Amino acid sequence: MEKTKRDKPWLMRTYSGYASARVSNELYRTNLAKGQTGLSVAFDLPTQTGYDSDHPLARGEVGKVGVPIGNIGDMETLFEQIPLGKMNTSMTINATAAWLLSLYVAVAERQGFTPVQLEGTTQNDIIKEYLSRGTYIYPPGPSIRLITDIICYTVKNIPKWNPTNICSYHLQEAGATPVQELAYALSTAITVLDAVKESGQVNPEDFEQVVGRISFFVNAGIRFVEECCKMRAFVELWDKITRERYGVQDEKMRRFRYGVQVNSLGLTESQPENNVQRIVLEMLAVSLSKNARARAVQLPAWNEALGLPRPWDQQWALRMQQVLAFETDLLEYGDIFDGSMVIQAKVDALIKGAEEEMARVQENGGMIPAIETGYVKRQLVTSHTERMRAIERGDLQIVGLNCYKETAPSPLVSEGESSIMKVDPNAEREQIERLNAFKAQRNQAEVNAALANLAAVAKTGENIMPASIRCAHAGVTTGEWSQVLRDVFGEYRPPTGIDISLQEESPSAIVKLVRERVRSTGEELGRPLRILVGKPGLDGHSNGAEQIAVKARDVGFEIVYEGIRLTPQQIAKAALEEGVHLIGLSVLSGSHLELADEIFKELGKAGLADIPVIVGGIIPVEDERVLLSQGVAAVYTPKNIDMNTIMLDLVDIIRQSNGLQPFEQKAA
Amino acid sequence: MLARHALPDPEALAAAVAARDRAALARSLNLLDDKRPQARRAASRFLATLPGERLNTAGHLIGITGPPGAGKSSLTSALIEVWRRRQLAVGILAVDPSSPLSGGALLGDRLRMLAHDQGGSNVFIRSLACRGEFGGLSAEVWPMSLAMLAAFDIVLIETVGVGQKEIDISKMSDTTCFVAQPASGDSIQFLKAGIMEVPHILVVNKEDMGAAARKTLTELRTTLKKQIDPDGWQVPALSVSATTGSGIEKLADVIDSHRRWLTEHQLLATRRKRFQGEWILKRLREEFGRFGIEQLGGEPLLFESLTQRQGSPFDLYDSLRDQFLANWKRTT
Repeated sequence: MEKTKRDKPWLMRTYSGYASARVSNELYRTNLAKGQTGLSVAFDLPTQTGYDSDHPLARGEVGKVGVPIGNIGDMETLFEQIPLGKMNTSMTINATAAWLLSLYVAVAERQGFTPVQLEGTTQNDIIKEYLSRGTYIYPPGPSIRLITDIICYTVKNIPKWNPTNICSYHLQEAGATPVQELAYALSTAITVLDAVKESGQVNPEDFEQVVGRISFFVNAGIRFVEECCKMRAFVELWDKITRERYGVQDEKMRRFRYGVQVNSLGLTESQPENNVQRIVLEMLAVSLSKNARARAVQLPAWNEALGLPRPWDQQWALRMQQVLAFETDLLEYGDIFDGSMVIQAKVDALIKGAEEEMARVQENGGMIPAIETGYVKRQLVTSHTERMRAIERGDLQIVGLNCYKETAPSPLVSEGESSIMKVDPNAEREQIERLNAFKAQRNQAEVNAALANLAAVAKTGENIMPASIRCAHAGVTTGEWSQVLRDVFGEYRPPTGIDISLQEESPSAIVKLVRERVRSTGEELGRPLRILVGKPGLDGHSNGAEQIAVKARDVGFEIVYEGIRLTPQQIAKAALEEGVHLIGLSVLSGSHLELADEIFKELGKAGLADIPVIVGGIIPVEDERVLLSQGVAAVYTPKNIDMNTIMLDLVDIIRQSNGLQPFEQKAA
Repeated sequence: MLARHALPDPEALAAAVAARDRAALARSLNLLDDKRPQARRAASRFLATLPGERLNTAGHLIGITGPPGAGKSSLTSALIEVWRRRQLAVGILAVDPSSPLSGGALLGDRLRMLAHDQGGSNVFIRSLACRGEFGGLSAEVWPMSLAMLAAFDIVLIETVGVGQKEIDISKMSDTTCFVAQPASGDSIQFLKAGIMEVPHILVVNKEDMGAAARKTLTELRTTLKKQIDPDGWQVPALSVSATTGSGIEKLADVIDSHRRWLTEHQLLATRRKRFQGEWILKRLREEFGRFGIEQLGGEPLLFESLTQRQGSPFDLYDSLRDQFLANWKRTT
């Protein structure tokens, strides 16, 4: 039989990294041996937010959601026996992207390669961090400058590098509808390209190259036909924008190039095996259209809503891609939707909606002012709140969560603790020891000179990359590099966006009941019920905290919510000064045990040991038990979707801690 | 430790607050917010036990108001930084709007106000929902400001001013600052029309916006040429930038100069005593309307007597309330 001509498949990656550079290196080499064709590095939160492992804010977070990279020593270990000149590496890194890219370049140089040979991607979309994910550090102005510097540096020196991956992925995770995803991602891309143009670092004749290097990182949800159309809409819109706004002549330079991680928001904790078919269907959205096919795909593991996936779970996700690419006939055809009127009509509708929303962003002065005033964030919080309400009402069906809930015992999760991975609790201590050992052997004079040079460059408009690469070679740490820029640029907190008005027109009976209980309990206790919603640690996933805050206000609580990245001290201080009746903590980084423990200590010091504390997040069952035994009043995880029930609980928890009879007698 | 539902001992609490015990201050604010009868009695004793001399003559009660988006929190943050350098102890009462439907509210801009503080801040912030009060300030603000005044050198009340509702804050602060948004003519229109009570200091924030800020400042100065407040203070207007920090030291100086001016003209204690009268009158007016006030002797007379009387404002209010209800019963 004659061999059919097939298209080359996309890059297959697994987003991974944890504990330490050493164990992550082993994991990468195992994954590559299994047929993975590129690397996707997950960094831990201290690395992403510019703190060394020994910083007080890093406590409990080291090696949790990714690998800790504190200096060139760690980076060398991470890529040991992986020749960087032959690898394609994607790094999910934003505020500290310039630094991690500098370390990557420095390691490549030590391996004997030149920057020109390097291929890969730095996410480097700090703008969306203000809206979702939350690993921003500096104010918008300096952040745009960092993005711009990386683009200008790589276009000249690492021509095959994708310097920025404009993300719509995280916008969808924060609640964006397909139209919002299109509009905000493209508005961000425009902001970045305008900034590059304005910086004057690129000759006008080279600008087409810059446009050609812009890539995107997109999400695909379960409504896979619409998502398929969204990808096609992206392709059409980007072609139009690059042609009309930037005058790009070369069609190749106008191509919408994107990588994908499929949706994590829709993965369920209950009946988690169903996530497998969700992930496969979502993968179809980004692969079916030849004309709008992803360049790189990474799939989540089926048990992501339960905790950290094990190597076997990640292997399963990789095998899904391999079956689609190598067993099916997908890659043998041209675009299978060309000429479909149904698909085109949907694409056109999405384009129309996106262009209208992009115009509104422009009316707000562009993407940055629209973020600074809170406009975009409020739109996202509104969409997400509407989604949550639809799930609550049952209008949006999620199998196993709000319908078809009955299930036989699952053999996949019956293993309990062993069905997810646990990071070695010694990882943090060992990382700090390595950091100290590294610092002891470096040339301090060189470090000081490199940092002084970095500060000088940061104050001028000069490109930050050469000074950063010098820092990398000199042995500067992640915390030191970031601190120099913190001193020059300052720090920033964006609006939380929860100040939306979303009163239900005709509240349901249950909402009325909750409001009545909140009001009457406030009366019994003498003053309105107050709740502090706090996000301790470095984790920036704020959906849960935002939704609780919005809902609690809606039922009559007075809410104190200050956004992400609070220290336990700040939380205890706010609880004292604001006289709250209850503290709700939201942690999704896996650091809940350490953080809850620290907050209890701080509350004890402030004489507030009797204020009830609840915790929400991705919390394994075993940890839930530990938290409850530590004195946490209740634990909520992604399977608790009924916000009204949570609110009723909160009222009762407050009642009990104040010596009042709870409304509901809960079965023990 | 006392159980949370037990009420604190008012006398001990007042002594601890005067000694700047932060936990005691927090408890006293909870107590002043507490509407239960036994708590009201305890709160009343607490207020009566606070050092009266201090409440009449010491510290500085500053009100900051202005339209949403004028940058009040950032300005507060910048002022906090100046006061911190001057080694002054600062307490903040931040008032936020409530939802009219559910009564729920989002409180505070704590981190924005402490932006210049790299942790370990001693600034005490209590947020309050305005709880649907007409005039924008909840009934608890003034009593709470007394507790704070007993503990701090500077007590700043920050409130969202919507149109003409800013008036309330001038009835409970020594010095009222109005923060105007460049290129927004609303505040000037209100001033010109005499709808808005004249603040003591007008601040144009966002000086870094350039021409728009300068234009607003010029307009304000023209409008204010003849503006003198009822006490005879000539109202200054100045421009600042909370972002760059320009003009903030100057603003802190001007705020302080108004405080000195009040003392020099022996107006500070008089002004503070008026707050008590205003607060009680407002409560009575809300409860019994103008008719009720007339029954109690009419506003001028009542106000006069209220500013003279010593003791807890809660007690004064309760006794007037009882007096009205007794009259009412007799006449019906």
